[in-house]
Amino acid sequence: MAALLKGRTGEWEMVVGIEAHAQAISDAKLFSGAATAFGAEPNTQVSPVDAGFPGMLPVINRHCVEQAVKTGLGLDAQINLVSVFDRKNYFYADLPAGYQISQYLQPVVGKGKIVLDMPDGATREIGITRLHLEQDAGKSLHDQHPRQTYIDLNRAGVTLMEIVSEPDIRSAEEAGAYVRKLRSILRYLGTCDGNMEEGSLRFDCNVSVRKPGAPLGTRCEIKNVNSVRFVMQAIDYEARRQVALIEEGGTVVQETRLFDSGRGETRPMRSKEQAHDYRYFPDPDLLPLVLEKAWVEMLRAGLPELPDAKKARFIRDYHLSPYDADVLVGEQSDAEYFETVARGRDPKLASNWVTVELFGALNKLGKSIAESPVKATELGTLIDLIADGTLSGRLAKDVFAAMVETGKGAQAIVDERGLRQVTDSGAIERAIDAVLAQEPGKIAEYRAGKEKLLGYFVGQVMKATQGKANPAMLNELLKKKLAP
Amino acid sequence: MALDKATVARIATLARIKVPEAELAGLAGELSKILTWIEQLNEIPTDGVAPMASVAHMTLPMRADKVTDGNCRDAILANAPEAAHGFFAVPKVIE
Amino acid sequence: MRLTDLTIAQARDGLKRKDFTARELTDAYISAAAAARPLNAYLLETPERARAAAKASDARLAKGAGLPLDGIPIAIKDLFCTAGVETTAGSKILKGFKPPYESTVTSQLWRDGAAMLGKLNLDEFAMGSANVTSAYGNVENPWRRRGDNRPLVPGGSSGGSAAAVAAHAALAATGTDTGGSIRQPASFCGVTGLKPTYGRCSRWGIVAFASSLDQAGPLTRDVRDAAIMLRSMAGHDPKDSTSADRIVPDFERAVGQPIKGAKIGIPKEYRIAGMPPEIEALWQRGIDWLKDAGAVPVEISLPMTKYALATYYIIAPAEASSNLARYDGVRFGLRVPGETLDEMYENTRGQGFGVEVRRRVLIGTYVLSAGYYDAYYLKAQKVRNLIARDFDAAFKRCDAILTPTAPSAAFAIGEKMDDPIAMYLNDVFTVPVNLAGLPGISVPAGLSADGLPLGLQVIGKAFDEETVLRVGSAIEAAAKFDAKPAFVAGNT
Ligand SMILES: [Mg+2]
Ligand SMILES: [Zn+2]
Repeated sequence: MAALLKGRTGEWEMVVGIEAHAQAISDAKLFSGAATAFGAEPNTQVSPVDAGFPGMLPVINRHCVEQAVKTGLGLDAQINLVSVFDRKNYFYADLPAGYQISQYLQPVVGKGKIVLDMPDGATREIGITRLHLEQDAGKSLHDQHPRQTYIDLNRAGVTLMEIVSEPDIRSAEEAGAYVRKLRSILRYLGTCDGNMEEGSLRFDCNVSVRKPGAPLGTRCEIKNVNSVRFVMQAIDYEARRQVALIEEGGTVVQETRLFDSGRGETRPMRSKEQAHDYRYFPDPDLLPLVLEKAWVEMLRAGLPELPDAKKARFIRDYHLSPYDADVLVGEQSDAEYFETVARGRDPKLASNWVTVELFGALNKLGKSIAESPVKATELGTLIDLIADGTLSGRLAKDVFAAMVETGKGAQAIVDERGLRQVTDSGAIERAIDAVLAQEPGKIAEYRAGKEKLLGYFVGQVMKATQGKANPAMLNELLKKKLAP
Repeated sequence: MALDKATVARIATLARIKVPEAELAGLAGELSKILTWIEQLNEIPTDGVAPMASVAHMTLPMRADKVTDGNCRDAILANAPEAAHGFFAVPKVIE
Repeated sequence: MRLTDLTIAQARDGLKRKDFTARELTDAYISAAAAARPLNAYLLETPERARAAAKASDARLAKGAGLPLDGIPIAIKDLFCTAGVETTAGSKILKGFKPPYESTVTSQLWRDGAAMLGKLNLDEFAMGSANVTSAYGNVENPWRRRGDNRPLVPGGSSGGSAAAVAAHAALAATGTDTGGSIRQPASFCGVTGLKPTYGRCSRWGIVAFASSLDQAGPLTRDVRDAAIMLRSMAGHDPKDSTSADRIVPDFERAVGQPIKGAKIGIPKEYRIAGMPPEIEALWQRGIDWLKDAGAVPVEISLPMTKYALATYYIIAPAEASSNLARYDGVRFGLRVPGETLDEMYENTRGQGFGVEVRRRVLIGTYVLSAGYYDAYYLKAQKVRNLIARDFDAAFKRCDAILTPTAPSAAFAIGEKMDDPIAMYLNDVFTVPVNLAGLPGISVPAGLSADGLPLGLQVIGKAFDEETVLRVGSAIEAAAKFDAKPAFVAGNT
């Protein structure tokens, strides 16, 4: 649902489309045999092909094609069995050949979609226009020398999947949800690691505003935004900037802008000022990319269960709330952890322990689920100890805290601390008698009708048993004894 | 198609080739002559004819995802007009 | 007979018989190359390298383990990247460039034992038909008109290659052919020039002009030598996505094979207006020779012939404008400083490229630019398809096609220079073959009225170089072309 912006002249709707550049996971580059590992010494992962040396020719990496097709299938998109590589011609210091090999008129992947689950429980379908393969450019370092820009070509030629959305996004929240969902799908598929800090996943946001129902406004493209938060901030800022501009009688000019995360502002990009004419044409060093239908179907058959399917299954089979299911399927490893815990146990209880206690603890520790001091099987054991009455809910929380702290198993902690709940009625009665012997006055008040004193007696007995008394039994026995 | 000086200047900028103002007019004349000569192609009906990008009657060959190149920084930088600290160096760019 | 008068086949046999050593043959050519300097055919001579190769060849030959080209001294068009050896493409913008790699074609020649005498002059980035666009000076044709000592062009773009082979300053040479750049200079200099099928020789390591048209091939003294050279130059290369994965036949075996019954297509559209009568006559003679050899001439039609040049002058410049974008002063070659990055680009490319290259890059940029792509580039690609279909249809009726190689003999340096289009017309008979990706050979077949060599062209089906060589050798046998140029290295 569109969250409308309030302006002086009334409400405005933002219209947003997002181009994601996702680095395909591969050992070697798209058209050369140079490595792709992040963080290498400058220009050490560069072949003469990547550096655009005379007479060098591109040869495509089959695995990268496979990654693109898998991603297309994961986006429920049409796979084009014939696609074409074109040259996008422009001059820039980190574009060695003077052109980028990309796919213009015939991309490898066509129309698809991503479904978003909004916090209010509603779902939104965002259309995918296309996915195409292209080369990444090198890196320009502008801050190393007063009068020079330094060029590192390690990135040049690395495989990018450009994933273009329809302008279906209507709010910063939807944009955030879209980016998170796309990242989740890519990670499930194993086609992109989604590491935004390292630039494996970057976003160009096309933003325009209009009065609801009015034709599309002029859009600005915000280039290379590299976090979910920044995407949301940049879009929100840009939409408000455009509204203010128009309301002050100005007009939006189509331009490329940069997001300054420090200031939380967007500003025009100097290097993109002059109008481009990319002169796309089919790369004569390459031939049409033709895929076998059978090969595509084989890849389709090998796809993992994706977030949407997993979520549906969790709701259906485990009877989880859509919200809990959503929280659990975001990362494959979370979902796996949950399923290990839930196996043969009360799923609702398992989900609560994972989403509330475990995620809470991991958050405090700043650890990922893979590094969790509490293994899924041990959390399972803890839940079993509650189920068989060994631990009360209250004790279980203490045990869990100890597990997080020590990394020891649930049973081990129960044993060494003797935290076993007392269910022997004789022992509980003895404890009750000892407490009541001290309180003749309060007993009289209770019997006179001050029934809320029951809680006081329960507390006293619990204290006397270091909380180990089975609450249900304690209540029952206590009531008997206090009965006049 | 007759090109004027402004158009030639625009193309020259697009191609990043400095053309001295004095040569623009002459160049415009030359290029116009060539383009006019080229336009004889308009005599040929080509509706429904597929554009031919390559004569190689084959599809794109693919290679395995193996690291077989790179790790040769010195060779890559050896011909550079200007390099520093393992980088290529160019006049400063303001983004 | 001098060592430098031998063909590759003769030299190969002499070396096997130990009549002379590779070192002796190589030294003879090292002096020949030096003696031929007035032609400006060599941009760089590499005698030490040649001697080292000869030494290795002699060692193998002594053991009777000679390689196919052991001891054969050849020269390389300076468009082929040679590891550690300056490669300029005839351009100022690549001055001093030493590639860290060896082109596939040259590495295969060295694999088979050939020795490199040096790098040969050419039109800048192979753009030209007279070798007058090289940044390193014109190449002179070793031939002269009878009774006229004005220097003539060797043709282009492989002008240095044709001149060196004709002047016996190299036993053979490599060339590249995008629109006629092997066949037309071969015709102008009285040598044999073979342009193989597109995809037969790898383009890897060859400075690109127009990627969908470029193809490497040999320039030699005769047809047999062309076959011997091609066998080493050809072959599938996984580093070139357009390289054909086909076995390389022993081309030499096709040379001299009978052509009895072979159908030879004679395209009526090649009788262009203004073709000199002597070319017309030479063509007719060629037809008669083949008839005498038992072949059957059949008239064929290539209706689109007239449009091939215009098509070529859209497609080739378009591809070149993109292929030459990498010469930007950042990673190799010339840099002319500028305040900003763009100024540096414009200064470097403005001063680094010559007039013809600039002209073609601008045309290419224009025909690809917004609003003109469909009218020019896309249109040309469609016409290219029609031109290819013409040949497909023609080859249903014949096994090979015979045409003149060029519409004229070599002209004087300075002629046709003012009018680009007049210059482009040199390639009218050769360009269609590149557009269709077919193999073609130019064989010296006679002399013009003023004593200059004229070639005939044999065009074959894709990957049927064997028929091209077979028919070419029949022309050669009948023509008995034995005229010698005014300048031959070592003659005094
Ligand atoms: Mg984009
Ligand atoms: Zn992109």
